[in-house]
Amino acid sequence: MNINRRQILILLPAAAVAWKSVLAGTPESAPNYQMSEHWWGMLIDIPKCIGCGNCVRACQAENQVPDGYFRTWVERYHVTDANMTNPEVISPDGGKEGFPVVSEDAGKYFFVPKMCNHCADSPCTQVCPVGATFVSPDGVVLVDPTYCLGCAYCVQACPYGCRYIDPQKKIVDKCTLCYHRITKGLTTACAENCPTGARQLVDLKNPRDPIHAFLKTHSVQVLKPQMATGAKVYYNNLDGSVR
Amino acid sequence: MNGVEGFMYPNEISLHWSVLIVLYPFITGLVAGAFILASLERVFRVEAVKPTYRLALLTALSFLLVAPLPLQLHLGHPERSPEMYFTPHSTSAMAMFGYVYLWYLMAVLVFEIWLDYRRDIVLLSQTSRGLLRVVYKVMTLGSNNISARSLRIDERVGWIVTLVGIPSAFMLHGYVGFIFGSIKANPWWSSPLMPVVFIFSAMVSGIAGVMLLYMATTKLRGKQIDIRCVDSIAMYLFYTFIVDFSLEMLDLIHRIYEADESFRSLDFMVHTRLYFSHIVVQICLGTVIPLILLAITQMVRLPEIARKRMYTSAGGLSLIGIFAMRWNVVIGGQLFSKSFLGYTSYKMTLATREGLIVAIALTLLPLGILWVLIKLLPPWPEDRASHPTEMHAIPTAVAAGD
Amino acid sequence: MNFFKDAGHLFRFAALFVIAFLVFWAIRGYVVPRTFGQYGHYRAAAITEIAARSVQFAGHEACEVCHSDIAGAKSAGKHAHVNCEACHGPLSQHAADPTITPAKLDTAKLCVRCHAVSAARPKSFPQVNAEEHANGVPCETCHQPHSPAMDGSAAAAGGAK
Repeated sequence: MNINRRQILILLPAAAVAWKSVLAGTPESAPNYQMSEHWWGMLIDIPKCIGCGNCVRACQAENQVPDGYFRTWVERYHVTDANMTNPEVISPDGGKEGFPVVSEDAGKYFFVPKMCNHCADSPCTQVCPVGATFVSPDGVVLVDPTYCLGCAYCVQACPYGCRYIDPQKKIVDKCTLCYHRITKGLTTACAENCPTGARQLVDLKNPRDPIHAFLKTHSVQVLKPQMATGAKVYYNNLDGSVR
Repeated sequence: MNGVEGFMYPNEISLHWSVLIVLYPFITGLVAGAFILASLERVFRVEAVKPTYRLALLTALSFLLVAPLPLQLHLGHPERSPEMYFTPHSTSAMAMFGYVYLWYLMAVLVFEIWLDYRRDIVLLSQTSRGLLRVVYKVMTLGSNNISARSLRIDERVGWIVTLVGIPSAFMLHGYVGFIFGSIKANPWWSSPLMPVVFIFSAMVSGIAGVMLLYMATTKLRGKQIDIRCVDSIAMYLFYTFIVDFSLEMLDLIHRIYEADESFRSLDFMVHTRLYFSHIVVQICLGTVIPLILLAITQMVRLPEIARKRMYTSAGGLSLIGIFAMRWNVVIGGQLFSKSFLGYTSYKMTLATREGLIVAIALTLLPLGILWVLIKLLPPWPEDRASHPTEMHAIPTAVAAGD
Repeated sequence: MNFFKDAGHLFRFAALFVIAFLVFWAIRGYVVPRTFGQYGHYRAAAITEIAARSVQFAGHEACEVCHSDIAGAKSAGKHAHVNCEACHGPLSQHAADPTITPAKLDTAKLCVRCHAVSAARPKSFPQVNAEEHANGVPCETCHQPHSPAMDGSAAAAGGAK
């Protein structure tokens, strides 16, 4: 092939641009971690939760969550026969120090741990004006701390109330599904520290993950299914009164 | 807890959008409304409102220049706001609004003002001295051509710009409505009516605003208020307000009738935390009373003095009512829990970046800018005595071989 | 042509737009991060940055490397599925450098966090009223935390009933 000088003058700048994007590289987390091989979610087993608050404390310790704000929290529901659609719900300091003791046994009590649902069709990433929050290729909704403006539009758009503005950094913060842990083969801080195994990380793309058998044999729900967010935090035995 | 009643998700307890975010749709609403009033004269050739044409445009520009400020003060990282222009997310109404704003500012408002004032600018660049001369010279963009033909071309192009400007103004404020109306997570906001309600309430506020500014500035200058002009503006205000009120009532009736899962919680909120701002200020003081006042002036032939007083009251109350509407949408939408089980309260601060003092300053700043613009580009009808009498005539085909 | 003479100012105004656009485009080329848009409308490098954050909880597998005896005892008892750091707190620093000693635990406060009786807790979960049950005696007097089932010896030695 004969390349004359004119062609070189055209090809060289094009090659330079191409080389620059090669140098930019492909972001890799830990060695051998391929984003395309994973699709992360969570399983929360309501009958197992005892409301100890260990997950809330663990999350705060792992992720330096500021006081008064919560990447995860636990709610306690009290449902009586007379008022099945209007439960009494409390979450004292997000359940961080547990819950007050209940002595009388009127009605039904249960605990509901909540967190970011890492929605596949997340309404929060839809509204971000600049692309600071996004769904990663492996299904985790993340916030780019260097790009976020702190406009709080995503906070308004989240139906689950899982986002907040970090008072020091002035950007949006939320549960990252402990992305820095799960990409290294560890589980999330909340799942690691749950004493009863009520919270478990699941990888829907992993054929050996026990979630597949679990979903076949149990009745699972997501929060606010009518919002069609594609939430990936599955609750076993979630009561209909849960908001 | 701090003003929390019932249960709120822990992260919902403190409000994320403050009074500055209330101010922002109020300001852009005034812009859209003032522009629609100006277009009444330019496109729909309502002669009566001609005295307010240029004033309306300058008012729109003053408020549009201030509009980004409440947003910048609210952002956690205002220095990153150019990201909205460099990497706008096409699914985000807020990002697309950045471009709608820019389009409206440059390709509609500034363009139209420049075309309408160009003759004056050229003349002023020749007669003024010092720094002002430089300013005018720059504004001429180096062209001194004010021949009859060039002015006719300006006229024609300006007509097209205003024509394009009307849907642009609707986009400008309709988009703000869509920013709220498209949020399915918030039942107080989520509604297809939201952009429409915002547009019509914007028109009410803009028309009322220009009417009051016209009356005030004319009085301050010791001149005679053109009562036919004000009568006409008040009539448009009245009819626009009826449409706006009907839309809001439609929303209310629809909510009460359907009574979906959010209704009980929202209803309780309106009757308790939002009672004063919604029922008393927005509905009674800010809508019903102005409508009654305006209806009286439309049906009964009152003496001029009485009419002027009623217009002033109605205009002022309308502005308060439309501000209250923005307050009730933005703040109201954050006072109730998305669990529908509780409520929080808004503690407006006084002297912080998003506090009351800043909000008041940002409301007054456009008036300051308007004062500067009026000095720079006088909008008064009598200053046009030396102009050709046929300004804004129906654009005819330019004579051949001119 | 005469038209251009009389419409020249319009072309100047349009030129302003063109210049502004070119300036905007040039600045944009510098300012937009290089990895932006690689996987979607976001800065792809953010993913690696977030993944590179430091870990506070080492995870039970890290503990079991050195403390296999305790791990063995635990796996035979009721606390088999309670991970080490659930009680001992974040210990990644200790796992990286064992000379850093973890804090001592106060079982009197620790155990009741899960085991204090409450009608709100699932009935099948072991829970007691701490005052009535222990009478002020610390839990570890009778219950070895790693395998907390009561063995005969502690009870026979006169521990609380």
